[in-house]
Parts: sequence; structure tokens; C-alpha cells
Amino acid sequence: MREVKLIAVMALGTALLRFLPFLIFRKRTPPYIAYLGKVLPPALIGMLVIYCFKDVRFTTAPHGLPELIAAGSVVLLHVWKRSSLVSILGGTAIYMVLVQLVFA
Amino acid sequence: MKNEVTRQAFKTSIPVMAGYIVLGMGFGLLLHDAGYGAGWALLMAVTIYAGTMQYVGVSLLAGAASVLTTALTTLMVQARHLFYSISMIERYKGAGKYKPYMIFGLTDETYSLLSDDNLPVDPKDAHRYRFLVTLFNHSYWIIGCVTGNLLGEVLPFSTRGLEFSMTALFVASLTEQWITMRDHIPALTGLFSTLLCLLVFGPDNFLIPALLLITLILTLLRSREEARA
Repeated sequence: MREVKLIAVMALGTALLRFLPFLIFRKRTPPYIAYLGKVLPPALIGMLVIYCFKDVRFTTAPHGLPELIAAGSVVLLHVWKRSSLVSILGGTAIYMVLVQLVFA
Repeated sequence: MKNEVTRQAFKTSIPVMAGYIVLGMGFGLLLHDAGYGAGWALLMAVTIYAGTMQYVGVSLLAGAASVLTTALTTLMVQARHLFYSISMIERYKGAGKYKPYMIFGLTDETYSLLSDDNLPVDPKDAHRYRFLVTLFNHSYWIIGCVTGNLLGEVLPFSTRGLEFSMTALFVASLTEQWITMRDHIPALTGLFSTLLCLLVFGPDNFLIPALLLITLILTLLRSREEARA
């Protein structure tokens, strides 16, 4: 079945990437790889944030306003409460109201 | 004591519980709207166990993507996991029978919980503790994905916009790292390299160039960054 095949490819591809470094550097970790292990996580989270905005059209109405307002709310909620749960639920609720009612 | 390790692992996993149930439900609903039922949600949650990939996977399934497209997309979307694994090589040493599952379950969120070296348990129980945190997180994810899919049948309100929970998760993580870390160069490198690559290569082909550019810049900054640490 087509779906089962695609899901198997996604599962195996993901597992391959997670296991590969453990298999390659089984004996010892070179200092350069250890350095990358330290600085990459914040860089990759930054990458993921941009990734989420990749399909937003800023040149046509509503000019990405729902996304920008909701993302700004997440930052403010997080600085205020420091709780991922509050930031995620709050930001998502604001976004849903914006796209369903305000910019509908 | 074994129960104490379990209790501490559960405590550590609580912040991820709500997030995974919400995000998992978002995925389950999307999958339902694409025409796939709870069995599919269960299969994907158990075997793929990766939030971003499963969200992308819905459009691959619905858009009748080829095996090759699916394989390449998976490698691109998930390439960052290479780097999560790289930074856990030392920590997971000696985990024995727990290790394969710990590596399989190394999601963004599990990584962020387990890359913290202040363990709440005796060091000799470290691997069992990390294994259990991974297992708790995976269960929340499975519960969320399946529940969300089932709710798609009965939900009385429109779920349009719910997919923003993924963006919100990453924005919240970035904000948290920004507050905790003194050195903002890696985060800024990630943001601006990716933005540049998105503008240059367009929305379909920018992830690999972005990963390469980020790695290149951080490599060039190595002596400077290590002096700061």
C-alpha cells in the first residue's frame, strides 16, 4: 500500500539520522564534533522558527500579520510567564482567533 | 530505588506532556482532515515519532508524493537530528539495553530535557532515568495524535489555525534559550542564515543550504566561541 510505504520511508529516514552519529563516532568524539554538539541546538531552533514562516506571503494581504502578531504574543507570554505551555496555548489561541474572526 | 527514578522521570517529563498532547492533537486533526483515520495516526506516532516530520508527512500523504520525494524530504526536514545525536554521544555512553530506544526517541523536546546535566537522580540510575523520560514523552505523543484524530469527528468548532502550535513551540523554545544563554551568536546565526537561504533558494529548497551555511559560520567562529565559553 502506498501510504504504508511512505510512512515506512519517513520512519526509517528519521531513525537513520538519529542513529548515524552514534554508529560513526562509537569510539570517541572528535573535539570539533563536540563543539558542534554544543552550539548547534540554538542555531537549529532559530532555523526551525524561520522554517515555520516559509509559506507566509508578506507581499499580499494580510501581509503575514496574523503570524507576526501571534508569534510576538508567544515571545511576550514567554518572557512574562516562562511557561512553554502558557506560551504555546496562548499563542495558538490568538492565532486561531485572528485567522477565523479578525482577518477572515 | 526504582520507583524514585520513575517518579523523577515523570516529574521531568511533565512540561512536555501538555505540549505533546496539544501538538499531537493538532497533527491528529490535520491527518483526519486529510482523510486518514486513527489507525494511521497511531502507526505514524509509534514508528516516526517526530513532530515536524509528521506534520510534513500529512501533506506528503495527501499530495500523493513519490517514495523518492518522501525520502529526500525526510532527510532534509530531519537533518538536524544528526546534530542532536552528536551532542548526546557522550551522555548516552554505557546505556546498554536502553540505548537503542533512547536514540530512536531523541526528539527536539526530549533532547532539550535530557541535554540538561543536572540529574535529579543518582548518577548510577542516569540511563534508566533518561530512558523513562523518553518513554513518557513518546506515550504523551501517541495519546495526543490518536485523541486528536478521533476528536476530528466530533469537534464542535473550527480548528483552522491550530497548526500554529508548532510555530509557537519553536518560538517559545527560542525565547527560552535566548533568556537562559549569555551567548546569542549561535541563535542569531541560525535565524539569519536560514532567512538568507529562504530568500535566495525559495521555500522548497532552502533547508539543506541553511544547514550547511549554519555549520560553516559556526565552524569559522569556533575559536572565538570556545574562548567565550
